[in-house]
Amino acid sequence: MAFESFADFLAMGKHGFYVWSAYGISAFLVITSMVLALRGQGRVRQTLARQQRRAEVDK
Amino acid sequence: MAFRAALSRELLVLWRSPAEIINPLFFFVMVISLFPLAISPRPETLALIAPGVLWVAALLAVMLSLDGLFRRDQESGVLEQLLTSPVMTVVPVTAKLLAHWLLTGLPLVLVSPVLAHMLQLPDRVLGVVMLSLLLGTPALTVIGAIGSALTVGLNRGGILLAVLVLPLYIPVLIFGAGVIRTAVEGGPVPGVLAILGALLALTASLGPLAVAAGLKISSGN
Amino acid sequence: MVWQTIKRWYHMLGSPRYFHTFSSRVLPWLTPIALITLVTGLVWGLVFAPSDYQQGNSYRIIFIHVPASSGALMGYMALGVSGLVAVVWRMKMAEVMLKAIAPFGAALAAISLITGSLWGKPTWGTYWQWDARMTSMLILLFMYVGVIALQNVIREPRQAARAAGLLAIVGVINVVIVKYSVEWVQTLHQGSTLKLFGESTINPAMKYPLLISMLGMWLLYAVNVLVRARTEVEWRERRSKWVQTLIRKGDQ
Repeated sequence: MAFESFADFLAMGKHGFYVWSAYGISAFLVITSMVLALRGQGRVRQTLARQQRRAEVDK
Repeated sequence: MAFRAALSRELLVLWRSPAEIINPLFFFVMVISLFPLAISPRPETLALIAPGVLWVAALLAVMLSLDGLFRRDQESGVLEQLLTSPVMTVVPVTAKLLAHWLLTGLPLVLVSPVLAHMLQLPDRVLGVVMLSLLLGTPALTVIGAIGSALTVGLNRGGILLAVLVLPLYIPVLIFGAGVIRTAVEGGPVPGVLAILGALLALTASLGPLAVAAGLKISSGN
Repeated sequence: MVWQTIKRWYHMLGSPRYFHTFSSRVLPWLTPIALITLVTGLVWGLVFAPSDYQQGNSYRIIFIHVPASSGALMGYMALGVSGLVAVVWRMKMAEVMLKAIAPFGAALAAISLITGSLWGKPTWGTYWQWDARMTSMLILLFMYVGVIALQNVIREPRQAARAAGLLAIVGVINVVIVKYSVEWVQTLHQGSTLKLFGESTINPAMKYPLLISMLGMWLLYAVNVLVRARTEVEWRERRSKWVQTLIRKGDQ
């Protein structure tokens, strides 16, 4: 452990703002990209399923 | 032979639409005249920003002139013919790029000493200004033509072309403006000119291949 | 022998259907491994690694900055390789990859720039310096944007991928030249040469968490690419029987 207390950890020796905003923004961007990838897949599957149902109704 | 015929044909086509030759030139002059008005007419300030201003203006003028480079050929069906012709696509493409540079890039080079003088650059560097643009603008034409080839069928106009092409222009911009700055500061110019020449050799040799490939992709074969 | 194995792999992974089954088997364990590795590296770096004797704790941004920068750079190289394969051999999976690799790479380039400037403020006293590395990364981000923009405006997916592929090939050549030209501009300026970290003097207690978070980030990038590539494959092969069966199964 490099820190004595949790408050120390959050403070990051006066640089807390820089460290935590760097990690926060990074986490936001990575998670957003992941969510967009998964949502894109869900949307494609939904569209294909809808097309399939429509094709089966037409038969 | 095929090259010469293609070149004279392209020159003739461009010559018949003088607006396409004159507009980039006026654009170049107009953009440059904005800077003394926007930043400061003080000679020292102008001399400091002049290399960058000249180069950014030349870069934008060349890029905007390339927006419709292949559009007319595509609309008239010439492009389709060109891509299926037995002659390698590279030959007519190279001819077209050369013709385009001769009528839009070269005029910029020729007026550049006047503008450099107006931007208070010392007279001893005017030759370097011309030389840097002489080596740089053909490279800009070729690189821009790759972007133009990739966007032919799209009715998107200049913004997309700019987004694709501007990052690719950065090395030419750096060394082009860098030559002039080196000359102003009295540094060794030939070495930097050689790098600019190397960039031109690289783009002129590989560029037409990329343009031809881009045209093939855009036309869907 | 080796050559034949490579050839077999090329053909197998070049087939969208094979890729799809292969990735469904890989993803369930690759995803947790990637997350665990990344979290381990970051927690180690943030909590357990000693603070730097010069920079104090602000240096801990390195554990996200360097993985993001290296990922962005490798991603663009991978984009160039896929571009070459897509343009020259017209391999379908390379086209799919061109679309799958770009978004996360662009996000990593943005992360690299943002974390770099947040690190720069306490270290250099300014958020932004036109130093060689930051400038190159900014241009790399521009080039990612170009590839993505071009893919978005071309309707026909195969044509879009090959156009982006050509742009990526030109872009890779450009990345190398940009790096040297930006370094050259620095020497012309004779500005202060700034370094975020001394070369190779990094303490092992800092090195291991850095290597682990780097690995974790690359694995997470791979997960992201696989998910996007699977989506693209499903869409492109939507008329094929195997995708139809897959959708039917998922529908129930």
